Amino acid sequence: MRLAARLAQSLFRWRSDGTAPFRLGQRRIFMLPTRGGLLYAAALLVMLIGAINYNLALGHALVFLLAGLGLTGMVHTFRNLHGLEIAPGRVEPVFAGETAQFELLLSSDRPAPRCGLRLAALGGDTVETAVDGGAGRKIAVPLPGRRRGWLELPRVRLSTVYPLGLFTAWSYLQPAMRCLVYPAPHPIPLPAPAPAATGGTAGGAGGDEDFAGFRARQPGDSPRHVAWKAAARETGDRPLLIKQFAGGSDGELRLDWASTAEFGDTESRISVLAGWVVAADEAGLRHALNLPGQSVAAGLGPAHRRRCLETLALWSP
Amino acid sequence: MTRPPAETLERGATPWLFAAALAAVLPHAAHQPAWLSVAAALLFAWSAGLWWRDGRLPGRWPLAALVAAGCAGILFEFRTLFGRDAGVALLVVLTALKLLEMRSRRDATVVVTLGYFLLLTHFLYAQDIPAGLWLPVALCLLTAALIRLHGGSAAGGPRRVLGQAALLCVQSLPFMLVLFVLFPRVSGPLWGLPQDAHAGLTGLSETMTPGSIADLVQNGELAFSVRFDGAIPPRDKLYWRGPVLEHYDGRTWRPHPGRQPAPRVEARSAPLGYETTLEPHRQTLLLALDAPTALPPDFAVDGTLTAKRLQPLVERRRFRAAASLDYRYNADESPVSLRRNLALPPGRNPQARALAESWRTGENGPDGVIRRALALFGSRDFAYTLQPPLLGEQPIDDFLFTTRRGFCEHYAAAFVVLMRAAGIPARVVTGYQGGEANPVDGYLVVRQSDAHAWAEVWLAGEGWRRVDPTSAVAPERVETGVAAALSAGEPLPALVRVRADWLRTLRYRWEALNNAWNQHVIGYDERRQRELLGRFGFPDIDWRGLAAALGAGCGLLLLALLGWALYRRPRHEPVQALWRKALRQLARSGVDCAPWETPVALARRVRERAPALAADFEAVAAAYLRARYGPDGDLAILRAAVARLSSRRRT
Repeated sequence: MRLAARLAQSLFRWRSDGTAPFRLGQRRIFMLPTRGGLLYAAALLVMLIGAINYNLALGHALVFLLAGLGLTGMVHTFRNLHGLEIAPGRVEPVFAGETAQFELLLSSDRPAPRCGLRLAALGGDTVETAVDGGAGRKIAVPLPGRRRGWLELPRVRLSTVYPLGLFTAWSYLQPAMRCLVYPAPHPIPLPAPAPAATGGTAGGAGGDEDFAGFRARQPGDSPRHVAWKAAARETGDRPLLIKQFAGGSDGELRLDWASTAEFGDTESRISVLAGWVVAADEAGLRHALNLPGQSVAAGLGPAHRRRCLETLALWSP
Repeated sequence: MTRPPAETLERGATPWLFAAALAAVLPHAAHQPAWLSVAAALLFAWSAGLWWRDGRLPGRWPLAALVAAGCAGILFEFRTLFGRDAGVALLVVLTALKLLEMRSRRDATVVVTLGYFLLLTHFLYAQDIPAGLWLPVALCLLTAALIRLHGGSAAGGPRRVLGQAALLCVQSLPFMLVLFVLFPRVSGPLWGLPQDAHAGLTGLSETMTPGSIADLVQNGELAFSVRFDGAIPPRDKLYWRGPVLEHYDGRTWRPHPGRQPAPRVEARSAPLGYETTLEPHRQTLLLALDAPTALPPDFAVDGTLTAKRLQPLVERRRFRAAASLDYRYNADESPVSLRRNLALPPGRNPQARALAESWRTGENGPDGVIRRALALFGSRDFAYTLQPPLLGEQPIDDFLFTTRRGFCEHYAAAFVVLMRAAGIPARVVTGYQGGEANPVDGYLVVRQSDAHAWAEVWLAGEGWRRVDPTSAVAPERVETGVAAALSAGEPLPALVRVRADWLRTLRYRWEALNNAWNQHVIGYDERRQRELLGRFGFPDIDWRGLAAALGAGCGLLLLALLGWALYRRPRHEPVQALWRKALRQLARSGVDCAPWETPVALARRVRERAPALAADFEAVAAAYLRARYGPDGDLAILRAAVARLSSRRRT
């Protein structure tokens, strides 16, 4: 097994392509006949024998033309990849269990379009695309994010059988790209908010639904809590108002590692914390995250959510 | 534009596959049984309808039932599933059925491969120019279907896909030429051909009954074409000998089955060499010009001077032979043979025998008898026609005394009966007479319509002498051809009948083209290959040499194609081109520009590494930055700066 891997390594010369754009040269394009190509070759052989047996001059011509067509098709398949420029693009973080989309930018400086380009990351699904002549196209290579943490883009196989499907040409791309996989959020009700250390509005024992008044909107507030009716009544130059509910809207939620002990092993506990972060963000509750050795101060909004989830994704005990 | 890997067949690719399958199947409609074509058309229509309505394709069992029904129909029609006709019918049915099973790309690939295979089977039936022209059309369509299949909708509209297919086909043409010329040709079948491999070939038959040649004459097909080494001899010397018929049973003439001693021919004129290209006639005959003096290696003359070989001819072949037009043949014939050529069926044709016997007593010698017989045919009462009345139990008597209308076989038969009755050994010779010289390429074209029957009489001291009784009744037949000898209402093929000059010129052109096609494309065989290579300076090339040449030729072509594929048009703007030129100058002085280096940084480095060039390069860098990014990009300054840099470096 190791020998095979080393052989493949020396044959295909896998190496990282870094973060810069790169162009496919002839050295990194490989070719083999496809099953359709083998069928074609077998059909040609039978046809040649038939043409010889029946002494068909035009049969000879046809077989030779088809043989030439096969060779020409091979060169065209090669040409379909040759000179293609590939640049790494954006990668959005995903939750574990979702599919990470690694964006690649393919561009071609040839006037003819390049069709039937298939991309597949090692362990991911295949996507197919085409690049118009002299243009570029973004294509997202999918890869399932199974575990939290950094997901490095493995080797991507870029292949094509266009135009005739008799040969497959492929190249291995290894752009340095990674995707942050957040822990899968575990849907569990939020814990009760801790008594606000700074005082603030008394929480009271009321539920989340109890309306408690308005305050001015701050960046990071969920649009769900904007008092749209009030805004519609105003002339528009006043800041938007946020509806505040009793039950700790100003109370700070402390999402603490220690309070998740009942949920089992480390990964489950991290999942529970991730679920709380998501729920608290959706509910518009300020929250702080406390992990052994690491903590995130209380906050709210997309940036805060990202920081929390990042911390959870990368935390190791 | 991104889509999941569609192993399922894309809807837009299906019409291409229909068109490709149709192109591959359509020409077979010409020779298939009608029900098969109708069935295939219905299957096509069904699958096209399903595609149009986006309907569900039939399941496995209905398809299996259809396959079984198709096989049963073919078995019923041809009594077999193998052989040429049944095999092709089976392929057509399977292709049509596969269209009902097109679910994935793999199915579609199978359809296209079947289509390529079907293209080959056309040539089992015809290898003429139209078939050769249909080939690129069908090939382009099949290839376009493949391109559309693998390229998806991004491959573009019909014109673009067809253009791409045509480009591929054109690029593979040189490979075809090299392979066609250099691939070692193997002559003869590798194994036995099926029974029906060469069905439907026409030619002279071994026997002769009234009407058998008249039937053949109505066929305008080519029998053979001849190129003489010298000028074409006069028509009335052009007798191409086929079977000689010596036995007569009162109705049918047959050749003598036994072996006969070899003929002795005394040539009295210089041999005339010629090359004949025989259409396949499924017989062993060469149809050599009388009298043959040299024959191709596998042919020999039998006792009646007919040139034959052992195997029947099932494909178009070229042979070289020579003939002496003035000759003496078997002046000392064996008594057995002479007796055989005097025999008449007892009790038949009494009137004719009585007439001939009356000549025998009255005339001076055999020459007089021959003259009288020819004079009889030359009289007004006799007519030359393709549509003679039916003859009764005594055919020769009926012909000579009642109907008096007949074709060459009637005259030859009646003449031979008269001669035998008069005591002169005589026999019927069948073959072809004359031919048509094509002024365009100088070939003499002999058609089935030139089929003819004449007579031979044996005279003591002279041997067998050819007598053509038809020339007595219709001299035009021998001098001009059958069309001139027959009146306008006769059922001759239109081709033979044409008289308009421009039409005839057109026909000559077409036939010359056809002949060239047959000689050089269809007839390209081992011998032609050796000839052609000899002309290019490789006289004795064996298969190893051919294989080496083949590999070299294909390799060179592949390299050329690869060069085309790798070539990228340099698309530098003039500013970039000038900048690159300056960089090349620097590189020659030992300063390479790193990819990340800006012009200013580079100029700074030049100052350290090559101070002599520094001032000039700084000017170049400044002009470059100005031309490239400045509001008024001035090329002239940059150009001058680069020129200064170059001249400085050289000094």
